[in-house]
Formats: sequence, structure tokens, C-alpha cells
Amino acid sequence: MSSDITSYRHWRSGQDPAGIVHLTLDRAESSTNSLSREVLDELDHLLTDLKGATPRAVVIRSGKRNGFIAGADINEFTAIKSAEDALQLIRRGQEVLARIETLGVPTVALIHGFCLGGGLELALACRYRIASDDPGTRLGFPEVKLGIHPGFGGTLRSIRLVGPLAALEMMLTGRTLSAGQAKKLCLVDYTVPERHLDNALRALLAKPPAARILSLKERLAGLPVARPIVANFLKRSVAKKADPRHYPAPYALIDLWRSFGSDETANYKAEAQSVARLITGSSSRNLVRVFQLQERLKAQGKTDVGRTRAIHVVGGGVMGGDIAIWCALQGLQVTIQDLDRTRLGQVVKRGQLLFSRILKERRAVETAMDRLVPDPEGRGVGRADVVIEAIFENADAKRELYRQLEPRMRPDAILASNTSSIPLEELAGALSRPERLVGLHFFNPVDKMQLVEVVAMAASSAEALARAAALVLAIKRLPLPVRSSPGFLVNRILMPYLLEAVTLVEEGVPPATIDRAATDFGMPMGPVRLADAVGLDICLSVARVFARHYKTEVSARLEQLVAAGHLGRKSGKGFYEYGKHHESRSAAGDLPPAEICDRIMLRLLNEAVACWREQVVADADLLDGGVIFGSGFAPFRGGPLQHIRDAGAEALYTRLRELEQRHGTRFTPDPGWQELFQEAQTQPPPAPPL
Amino acid sequence: MNNTRHAYAGGRPVYIIDGNRTPFLKASGKPGPFRASDLAVGAGKALLARQPFAPEALDEVILGCIIPGPDEINIARLVALRLGCGKQVPAWTVQRNCGSGMQAIDSAATDIAFGRADLVLAGGTEAMSHAPVLLPPRSVELLSAWRQARSATERLRLLGRVRPSHFRLVFSLLQGLTDPTVNLSMGQTAEILAQRFAISREEMDVFAVESHRRLAQAQDEGRLAEIEPLYTNDGTVYDHDDGVRRDSSMERLTKLKPAFDRIYGMVTAGNSAQVSDGAALLLLASADAVRQYRLPVLGRIVDCAWAGVAPKQMGLGPVHAMAPILLRQGLQSTDIDYWEINEAFAAQVLACRAAWRSAGYARTELGLEQPFAAIDPERLNVDGGAVALGHPVGSSGARIVLHLLQVLKRTGMRRGMAALCIGGGQGGAMLLEQSEEAGHEQ
Repeated sequence: MSSDITSYRHWRSGQDPAGIVHLTLDRAESSTNSLSREVLDELDHLLTDLKGATPRAVVIRSGKRNGFIAGADINEFTAIKSAEDALQLIRRGQEVLARIETLGVPTVALIHGFCLGGGLELALACRYRIASDDPGTRLGFPEVKLGIHPGFGGTLRSIRLVGPLAALEMMLTGRTLSAGQAKKLCLVDYTVPERHLDNALRALLAKPPAARILSLKERLAGLPVARPIVANFLKRSVAKKADPRHYPAPYALIDLWRSFGSDETANYKAEAQSVARLITGSSSRNLVRVFQLQERLKAQGKTDVGRTRAIHVVGGGVMGGDIAIWCALQGLQVTIQDLDRTRLGQVVKRGQLLFSRILKERRAVETAMDRLVPDPEGRGVGRADVVIEAIFENADAKRELYRQLEPRMRPDAILASNTSSIPLEELAGALSRPERLVGLHFFNPVDKMQLVEVVAMAASSAEALARAAALVLAIKRLPLPVRSSPGFLVNRILMPYLLEAVTLVEEGVPPATIDRAATDFGMPMGPVRLADAVGLDICLSVARVFARHYKTEVSARLEQLVAAGHLGRKSGKGFYEYGKHHESRSAAGDLPPAEICDRIMLRLLNEAVACWREQVVADADLLDGGVIFGSGFAPFRGGPLQHIRDAGAEALYTRLRELEQRHGTRFTPDPGWQELFQEAQTQPPPAPPL
Repeated sequence: MNNTRHAYAGGRPVYIIDGNRTPFLKASGKPGPFRASDLAVGAGKALLARQPFAPEALDEVILGCIIPGPDEINIARLVALRLGCGKQVPAWTVQRNCGSGMQAIDSAATDIAFGRADLVLAGGTEAMSHAPVLLPPRSVELLSAWRQARSATERLRLLGRVRPSHFRLVFSLLQGLTDPTVNLSMGQTAEILAQRFAISREEMDVFAVESHRRLAQAQDEGRLAEIEPLYTNDGTVYDHDDGVRRDSSMERLTKLKPAFDRIYGMVTAGNSAQVSDGAALLLLASADAVRQYRLPVLGRIVDCAWAGVAPKQMGLGPVHAMAPILLRQGLQSTDIDYWEINEAFAAQVLACRAAWRSAGYARTELGLEQPFAAIDPERLNVDGGAVALGHPVGSSGARIVLHLLQVLKRTGMRRGMAALCIGGGQGGAMLLEQSEEAGHEQ
């Protein structure tokens, strides 16, 4: 490798008077450091140049405020066409990091902020690590969430440093550690306030810390004789969270560790081969796609409209309260209006619980609580940038409220309704300036569900929509612009799937069997259990609304259950019985026939095609992203439309036709399938098109 | 003596544009649900949330507080930061005993009058139930020796020196309610006034019953819109002054034993102000700020005076503070439409009323030839006072100003006088005016 590069785009290099060389990564044209191929190439040159010179030490640090290195450059993943490509890329990374390890002088990573994935692997290739104890410092291996595991030697080095149990736990869960936790694990040598990083560096070089001896437990777990037992144990515990048919990465990691021998070179090679296999598999490809869909959704909120500072929420029920709480957590000034003060008291209580769980530190919790202002008389309306209405679903009540709100709102404020079933057009009439009305449809529970549908009616102004989307992004949720039509995107796609499940129950199929079919497909929760969780009364009322607009049925069984007061989990009985002893997750039943799976999933997919054809959202990727983040649709399948492409549109269409013959028109394929075929002929869709 | 010049002479007009307070919560012997800063933040966040300006637009925050918690030193700054005023808004805490809340308003008014500020958040907060319990100095000495001890034998020796008196705790609340220069509790100063003006136990109890009756009526008629509820983290809502006793009666009050002069005394827990937790905050603005943000105006602060009296008779402070204001403003007692004189003790308010109309007192103590016209009891503390709703010492001064403005607004009357007595022998008074022509005076 020649060293003809004299100026570097991403790195700065300099030697301080003490003879310490500082290599500072400050990736060009990016606010965050990641390990792209170019970044690695430049580092390789820099390290090559150091050969021969004998600096006192080499320090690797970041020039970015927000952190050290956030990981590999995920956008480069999609350029990988084959396992050979992947292997080459990974081996190259391994080679550069190995160069750090064999430099022959002390090497130190100075860490602040994010140190994740490939970034942590790079830090581990250094002899020492010093981390800032700031709360923003996070270390971890999130690779598993992209369907892979560390590949730049990180599996070997982390296991060597902290022992197999601790290292595998990190890599299998993908959870990130605070500086304090990392220090406790001995993943880093020192944690100090950021202002003392350089002092700690000098002290460390003057008196290097003694090598650490692993605990007896870790040493025993690593013994060749113990490894198969430990591996089986780990696989069993992973299986509770991730199905090996859908998520192969954690299992591959465990197998990789079990196979490690005394030949280090072979181990590194095995690591690279394992990642190369995973990264070209469909699970990882789709998980990377999910990551990119997430970025795509975020981009919907990146608009240059003014920052939202204050919001006013009307309605202190579950949704209104939780929206208010979430916004306060994310730094907005929030007033929450409800005539019923005890409900406001409950909002305060729930806020306290959530803030304590998430923020932990007393002062931070207090600060968040101080931003959450109960406002029985709604006097915060006049200050709010955005007013969110989340009262009960009654069009007259909402219109009356809008008439009261509008004159008190700032002229530049927008009004957002959280309605899920009333068309915005019916409400807009109450406003003298309807262009400021949009929908912001949050999902329950607000603190868990990442998606928020930003609903546009024809009259909504572009600015109001942009501001609503920006607000969603500002509170760390994902905005999905949708057209105002009944059910919007997510509920509309879920409804036929729920209703088909109810029909199956009516036909005598045990609910657990139906749910099992769905979870085997990869859904986070079966449709019957989901209906119970949402509340059967709500399902019924939504079904009735839908029946007016779409060719969906209103199930007799649902009506009977609701009439009998069995409303699902909240009443203790729905399709399932909930009680101290009945909460058993499954009466697993027999393996469900593919028939069940096809019936529920094809109705979902058919509705997805209809939404795509009707352009409820702008394009197929937004549709897939919305359904994944709004419903939990099997992420490793990359979304309903991506699944149709992978599984073959023709095959699914044929199957729909069969079901139509047997069960009637609810399976009639949407005309959109024809457009899908045409599209497939003009542009073949093997790789996720983004 | 500079009693002839009015407080803001030569300055710009000062407006009160809005105000809010917490319910006053009776102390029950243990620390209440809110600390002093929580109370002020509770009142302040509701107040600021309804303003057309952001909290950062404030020029300063001034709070009166007598016993902040150990982690609430310069509580005004802590509260300002918690309210989201941002790092650049300065904040300071004032302490003039029971006058602290009014002092904060006076300081804010002065800064606005003389152009140092245009928009100020001012008021008072006190969590009397959280008053610290301290170790006596000799225990602290022993603790310090323990920390410096080098050997086990030395420590053993120190242990041998421990005496029961080392555990005699100092209740800062009780200490605070005692005048150190004359060694009298505040209640005892009220006994002195009762004797001087021949006020009977019955008169005091009648006054107390009336205070509770008026507060209860005000609550029933919704005249306390100045209160925004407080919420605890477990979801409990506090939305009214809970010291009110709707069943208060002469029969019950007569049964109570004297609380300070245990024998022969007349001042009881029933005819004294309650020990409570609460905060009251006001927003003060210059005409410029009123115009800039199109603020509604609640009233104008016309004048303010502070007076010193004998510590033993501190309860007469209001008389000495109110008198110069009327004199220099050229007003008669009858020009005042409504009065708020803080009810530290029933005896003390009754004594002020007696002194106010007494020719002898006017001559000897105020140097006036004529006494003032009597204060009409129907125009004084019309919605009850501290006997019924409590006296969180640092906030009462702000509360009476806020409430007086509400009374003026409700009745459409013009002038109000708010005054209070101050432990240590002082009085403070503030003349308020409902001003229709908001922001146009110069």
C-alpha cells in the first residue's frame, strides 16, 4: 500500500509536544462519524505512515460533538451484491483494525458520546480505552438489530477483554452501556468527566493499568468443555425473543463463539465468513431496509419550519395524557387541558412514572415534570405552537371545541386532531381557517409506538403539514404523511386481518391457533390477542365505520361478545379469559395449517395493495415503513409490499383467487395487483429499492 | 425620615398584569406534599403558561422566602430555572420576615419604575411544614471533633462526652416565630396588643369565626379564581385552601386553651393564623411591556411603605406603614375601597383597627392631630384571611396583594390597601389601584 495520500478528508493527524500522535476522525459531509470504506482506507494510510516513526503513543478520538463513532456506514451495506463482496469488505476492516493492535506503541481510544458497533470494535483494537462519564456516552454492539454480528474482530476482542458471558450478552441483546456500566465490565479502563479526558490520557500513559484477570465464572464459561453447554443455554434464552427461522444472527454468533479455536487467524476468518453470510441473507437485508425506512420516515419531518416549543393538548384521557407526557419528556412546554381535575392528577402520576423509568435521575425527572402543566381551564391555548385535540370520538363535540379554540389560538398555530375514525373534512367546517387543521394520529401506547400518522386533507396547508411532521420528529417519533381516508394506513391494513381472525374463531378455530399462525409469520402479537388488547368495543365501532367505506364485514361474534360485556383484556374476558390463572400465553394447539396463515395475512396484504394503489401514502417504501413501525409487521420481511415482492406477487395473487372462490368476495384481489405485475415487468425488484 | 416622598416618585407606572397562587395547605405536623420550590413552580408554571410571552422574556425573578430548604438556597433562581426562564434571567430572594412576599413585589416595582426592568415575576413561597429541624451548635462541635479524631481511643473519649442535651433538636420554625431581641413569641406580642387595646377573647373568637365564614362563602361563590390546583406525583389534586373550618363556631373556639401565654392568655390556635404551605406569584410590567405583548392589566401599584415599630408590638406595623401612604397621596381613609390586613392574629388586626381610629394613638404614636376614619369591617378582608386560610410567612404579602386586586376587579372599585405586620417590629403597606386605561398613563 503506497502512502501517497498527503491530505485526508476524514482524519486529522497531529503530534503533541509529549510525542503523542492524535488521530482525530471528523468525517466530511456528515454530522456523525461512521466507518465508511474511505474512512478505513485513510486510517490505513495514516497507520502505515506511522510505521518507522516511534511516537510515545497513538490516540484515536473524534472531532464530532455528538460522539466517537456510531458504527459502520449502513448505506454501504446495500451496495453489497454478493457474499464475496461482503467478505472482502469485512476482511479489509479486520486488517485495518489489526494494524492498530500491532502498532507496537500504546494505543488509546478517547471516547465520548456514541461508541457503537464498528466504533466500539475500533476502540477495542486499541490497547486502552478512556470514556467520558457524560450521560450521553453509550457503548454497545447494536449489530444484531441489523441481522448481523460484529465482524471487524469485535467478537474476539470483546470476549477476550470481558469474558464470553458478558460479551455475548452485549452482542446478543444489542443493548448499549453507560460509561459507568462499561467501566464495571472493564470494557473501558477509566471513566472521567469529558474535561479530564486528556489528563486521564497522560496519567494512563505514565502509569498503565495492570492487565485484568477475568472472573472465575467467565473463565469457566470459556473452557472448551463448558462451551457447548453455555451455547445451548444461550440459544434457549435467545429463542424466547427471536425465532431462529426469522432472525439467524444471534444463533450464528453463538455458533461462531463455540467454534473458536486456538488459531486466531482462523477465528477472524470465521467471524468474517459468518457476517458475510448473514449480511447477504434476506433477514439482514430486510432489517437494513427497516433501518433505512426509518431514516426515510425521519426525513419526512426534516423541514425548515420553525421549532415547536409549546403545545397544548385538549383531553386528559389515555391518549391525550400520554401524548402530553411524551411531549414533555422530549423537552416541549406542555399544557394539558381537561375539565376533570382527577384525570389531570392521573396524567401527572403517569408522567412521574414514565419520567422516573426513563430519566431516572431526580433532577431530570423534576425538570420534565415542570414542563408538564395541568391546565383545567385551557389557558395555555394562546401560547401553543400546536394544539392537539384528543377528546372522545364525537364529531359534534369536536366541532364545538374547535369553535372555542380557534379564536384563542395564535394566528400561526396549527390544530391537530388525534381522531382515528372521524374524517377531518367533517371537522374542518367548524374553523374559519380550515387550512391549519391536520391530523396527528398517535398509537397506543405512545411511549412504545414509534409511528405517528400525519393526516392531510385537501384543505390542509403544506406549511401546517410540514410543521406537524417536524413536531413528530422533534418528539422522536416517526412521521408518516397519509391522506385523509377512513382508517388512514395502519388501522385500515390491520382491520381485515383482525376480522378474518374473528371469522376463523367463528368457524371454530381456537384463538391460540390463529395467533400462533400470525406470530409464526413474524407478527409481534396474534390478531385475536391484539383485538382483546385494543378492546372489542373499539374494534366493533371501527369495524362499523369501515363497513361503510370498504367491503369489510361486521362480525356477529364481535357484536355478541360486546353485548355480553366481554370487551377484551380490560374487562377480563374477550376471546381469551384474563385472570390470575388464565393469563397463560398459549394453549399452543397443533401447528396451524398454512391455510390460517394465508387467510389472515393475505387479507392484510391485499389491503396493503389497495392502499398503495389509492396512494394513501406517497409510495411503497413509506407504506412498508408505516406498517412496520405502526403495527410491528414482521420487520425481517421488510414490510408488506416488500414481502409480496420476495414471496412472488403472482403466487400470492393466485392464492387470493383460490380463497375468493372458497370464501367469497372479501378475498377478491384489489385491482392494484395488476399494477404491481406491470411494475414488476418494467423494473425487476430484487434488491430493496430506496 | 423620608415618609413624605412616595415610593416610586419620578418613576414609570408599574402594572400588575396577572397573578396566581397555590391553594394554601395546612401543615399537619409532618412535611407536607410540596417543598417551597415545588409550590412556587406549581404557581408559576400555570401563570407563565397562559402568558403571550415566553418565560425567557422576563427581566428578573424575585421571590420572598424565609425558610427555604437546605437545597433551595437562593430559591428564586432555582424556581426561575425550573420554570424555564433560562440561564440569562437573573433571580434573587428577599427576606423581610412576614413582609417578604410584599418586599419582592416592591423590589420588582422599583426596578420597573426606574427602568431597570420591564417584566418581572415576583411573589413569595413558603413550605412551613418543611422548616428544617437542626442540631444544636454543641452537637455540631462534637461531630466535627469526631471527624477529625485520629484514633479509636480518641473517638471513644468523644463518645463518653455525649450528653442528652446533644440531641436537643432546634426546631427552626419555632425559633423563627420568636423575636430574639425581646424573647417573645409572636403570639405573646399579640397578647400585649390585646391588653393595650382591651380586646376580649370573645372579640377575637368572633373575628376568627367570621374569617372562616367569609372564606367558606368565597369558596362556594367561586371568588378564588386566583388559585390553580397543585398535583402530587401520586395523582392527588389539591385545589382549595384546606385550612377552612366550615364548622367553626364560638362554641368550639371558646373551648380552646391559650397557646402562648398558657395561663390568663387569650390568643389561641383558633384565633391565630394557621401554619401553612403555599406560594403566590404576580407578574409586574411596565407600560412598554404591556403594549409590546398587549397584556391585560389587573391593576397598578401606586405606592408602598415600610415602617418600624417596637418589636414587642410588631402587630401594629400596618398602621405605621399605611398612614404615610394616605398622607402623602392626599387620601382619606374613606377613599380606600377595600382593605387587606394580614391576619397574623385576630387580636392584632383588631388592635390595628382600634389604633387606626384612636385619637390618642394618632397623636402620640403617629404625630397626627386627627385619627383616621374607622376601617369598615365589611371592607376589610372580605373573603377571609390568614386565620382561616393560613399564613405561609414568605407568601402572605403577595397573596393579599393578589387577592385585593381580585376584589377590586370583582366589585369594580378603584383603590385598595394591602398591609401586614412583620415579626421583629415592622409593617409594610401597598396602595393599589384598578386602572382601566391600561398602559396609557405616563
